[in-house]
Amino acid sequence: MLKFHQAKLDNGLQVVAESSDTARSVAFGFFIRTGGRDELTPEIGLSHFLEHMMFKGTDRRSAHDVNREFDEMGAKYNAFTSNENTVYYGNVLPEFLPRLADLLADMMRPSLRQEDFDMEKKVILEEMAMYEDLPQHDLADKALKTHFGEHALGNPVIGTKQSITELTSVQMHDYFSRRYAAGNMLAVAAGALDFGQFVDLISERCSQWDKLAARRELMPAKPSLGTQTFQKTTLTRQHLLLLSPAPSAQAPDRFAAAILANTVGDETGSRYFWALVEPALADVACCAYQPLDGAGMFMSYFCCDPDQAEKVVKIARAELTRLVQDGITSDELTRSANKTASALTLSSEVPMGRFVSLGMNWQYLQQYRSLAADLDSIRAVTADQVNRLARELTINRTTTVALGPLEKVV
Amino acid sequence: MDPSRIYTHQLDNGFVFVAEHMEAVSSASFTFLLPAGAKHDPADGLGSAAVLLDWLFRGAGNLDSRQLDSLLDGLGLHRESSVAAEYTVLGGALLGDNLHQALDAYADIIRRPHLPAEQFDLSRQLVLQQLASQDDDPRSKLMVELRKRHFPEPLGRNPLGVPDQLSSLRSSTVADLHQESYLPDRAILAVAGSFDWPKLREKVSSLFAGWSGQPSPEPDLGAAGPKTDHIDQQTAQTQIGIAYDSVPPTHPGYYQACLAVAVLSGGMSGRLFTEVREKRGLCYHVAARHRVLKGRGTVLCYAGTAAERAQQTLEVTLAELKRLPEGITQAELGRAKIGLKASLIMQGESTTARSASAAADYYHLARVRSLDEISDAIDAVRVADLLDHLQQFPPTDFTILSLGSKKLEVPC
Repeated sequence: MLKFHQAKLDNGLQVVAESSDTARSVAFGFFIRTGGRDELTPEIGLSHFLEHMMFKGTDRRSAHDVNREFDEMGAKYNAFTSNENTVYYGNVLPEFLPRLADLLADMMRPSLRQEDFDMEKKVILEEMAMYEDLPQHDLADKALKTHFGEHALGNPVIGTKQSITELTSVQMHDYFSRRYAAGNMLAVAAGALDFGQFVDLISERCSQWDKLAARRELMPAKPSLGTQTFQKTTLTRQHLLLLSPAPSAQAPDRFAAAILANTVGDETGSRYFWALVEPALADVACCAYQPLDGAGMFMSYFCCDPDQAEKVVKIARAELTRLVQDGITSDELTRSANKTASALTLSSEVPMGRFVSLGMNWQYLQQYRSLAADLDSIRAVTADQVNRLARELTINRTTTVALGPLEKVV
Repeated sequence: MDPSRIYTHQLDNGFVFVAEHMEAVSSASFTFLLPAGAKHDPADGLGSAAVLLDWLFRGAGNLDSRQLDSLLDGLGLHRESSVAAEYTVLGGALLGDNLHQALDAYADIIRRPHLPAEQFDLSRQLVLQQLASQDDDPRSKLMVELRKRHFPEPLGRNPLGVPDQLSSLRSSTVADLHQESYLPDRAILAVAGSFDWPKLREKVSSLFAGWSGQPSPEPDLGAAGPKTDHIDQQTAQTQIGIAYDSVPPTHPGYYQACLAVAVLSGGMSGRLFTEVREKRGLCYHVAARHRVLKGRGTVLCYAGTAAERAQQTLEVTLAELKRLPEGITQAELGRAKIGLKASLIMQGESTTARSASAAADYYHLARVRSLDEISDAIDAVRVADLLDHLQQFPPTDFTILSLGSKKLEVPC
């Protein structure tokens, strides 16, 4: 039996939870409505850098204390930063929830010490080098820049070598006080928990947080639909990304968009699979729907032999055009809806899956959506809805970006 | 967890079927382990099992490739398949209501694939491409190459094979591999999640009872090495891999071995993360994991760092490995234990994790351990036991491989 609960502290901190009678663990954490798109120009990469620094200790705890305490609970814990959200979480056995809440709440008011800042800068630069060696990541950063241009959504979340090197701890303190105000934060828990006790825990530890609210300037994105090739002769394969606009995270069409992406580019049985993978033109050809705050995109990724790259792009675009012109079949709709529903059910069986879903729905919609409600929305999608979406968005008009040995891919 | 929820059934032909019933889930996950791993590839046909895996899905039973794909997708099956060193894994997860239909399809895929001659080349080309893609993923490439050097042939083979042999691979070689290795003896099916045991047992029995044949004997082991090596490649980070022998699940010291690795790398307070990343800022990713092959345990370590810091990273990492037997605190052991136990309990919430784990248990131990059994065994380990174990099996005799622009000096 799953039950939804919510509360709001006087300082604006929102608390949402879904309790379960059968879960054996509980996932808890904080969602902060901040990320790459909330950075000022000289701050590129600061949200993610700060995420690392939040693990470096508080007035009550050293960096090692933070790591040690997570491990003393046997927690599965981490954090992630995107263009729009920064999330800190731990998944623990139910008896550790009070201790986890104390630790994570304390971490949300960090010391941000200069010596830790200097040490962590080296780690961030190493992380950046790691992504540079992974063409999918490297290409995604390049493609977002090409697609969104000067819009903040085009900035790499991890920053650039120059921006990270030049960042100061003063800038970090300033960003922190702007963005980590109680009104811009959300405490989320899912799994084995008693909500009354949980709210008491949060209230005791977070009530004194400042009340300031933070704003996000939602500048409309104007995707470029340009084409660009980045040559990297040390790569063996040609890596390709096609981006096109998609419904936002708030749009009612988001379920139809998920089904559209699945029909186009799921790992099995999709249009791309039959047109590109099955005939061995590419070993990877997939499409994902990425909903964003007030924007969205479809991202198609391909990995192929350089001498097949032109053909792969041509076929992929032809598939998108065919979809715009002819639409999807009722059989495709059924299969994609079943796969989407099945994947959602599987991910929801563990508290971490519900934690992410609960937090993201609250961040974007200020709404609780049960698994059953999401499954109903998936099943309610019609082929007409998907086809109208494909036509209206002209999903065959794409930003096309290539990375690999070739000097140019048209 | 109640051990009576674990069921085991063996058919007369040797095929083993294990199942773990889980409350409060609507999904079911299934995992087939078939004795067609990279080690079973013919010596002149490396990559055959990987090509076969793709070829299998190009039609089976009464269905052609598209019909089969459509059926599996229609069931909402989330598929998982791969070739590992010792076996091919086939399976997936879906709503429990659809489990029997998925098993019908997989019985056809495993026992009655069409293996259409005209599509063989496509399967071969795809594996060649996957192999080429490994070049663009330096960490994966390093770990593949580290295994090749650490394990005796054929245990360290890259499951994707080698380009030259794949290019000349014949369809008959791969079809023969199917005939000789997709056989009931040594094959295992594990199911976890929502099911009705009597009905499931009847279903599986009817699907696999008529299957017969003995797979070929296990291959003999050859040489390993070299112990230290470098691969020259232009990368942003130098990749460092270290391997050393440990003990397998059949060994009485298995839990000590897992706990020792958890002290090294169980969480962010583990020694490697603390010494290499937190105190020195040498890298973003550093980790050690305990991995098992039949009758063999191994610790694999990885670190990625800038070329100018790679030498220091290697030295600090090796020093941490070597000093492990010198002492472990009660607090470190406590953290290692709770970390492993929490993982176990959380694994108990996921049908996918449980079916994979039940299949692996049967493969290594010829039985499925209950979560309580594992938890009790972890609880029983004391610091003195751990140190005794590390005296007997110290981290030593390392296989060390680097990949990047500069060769590293291995310290004495």
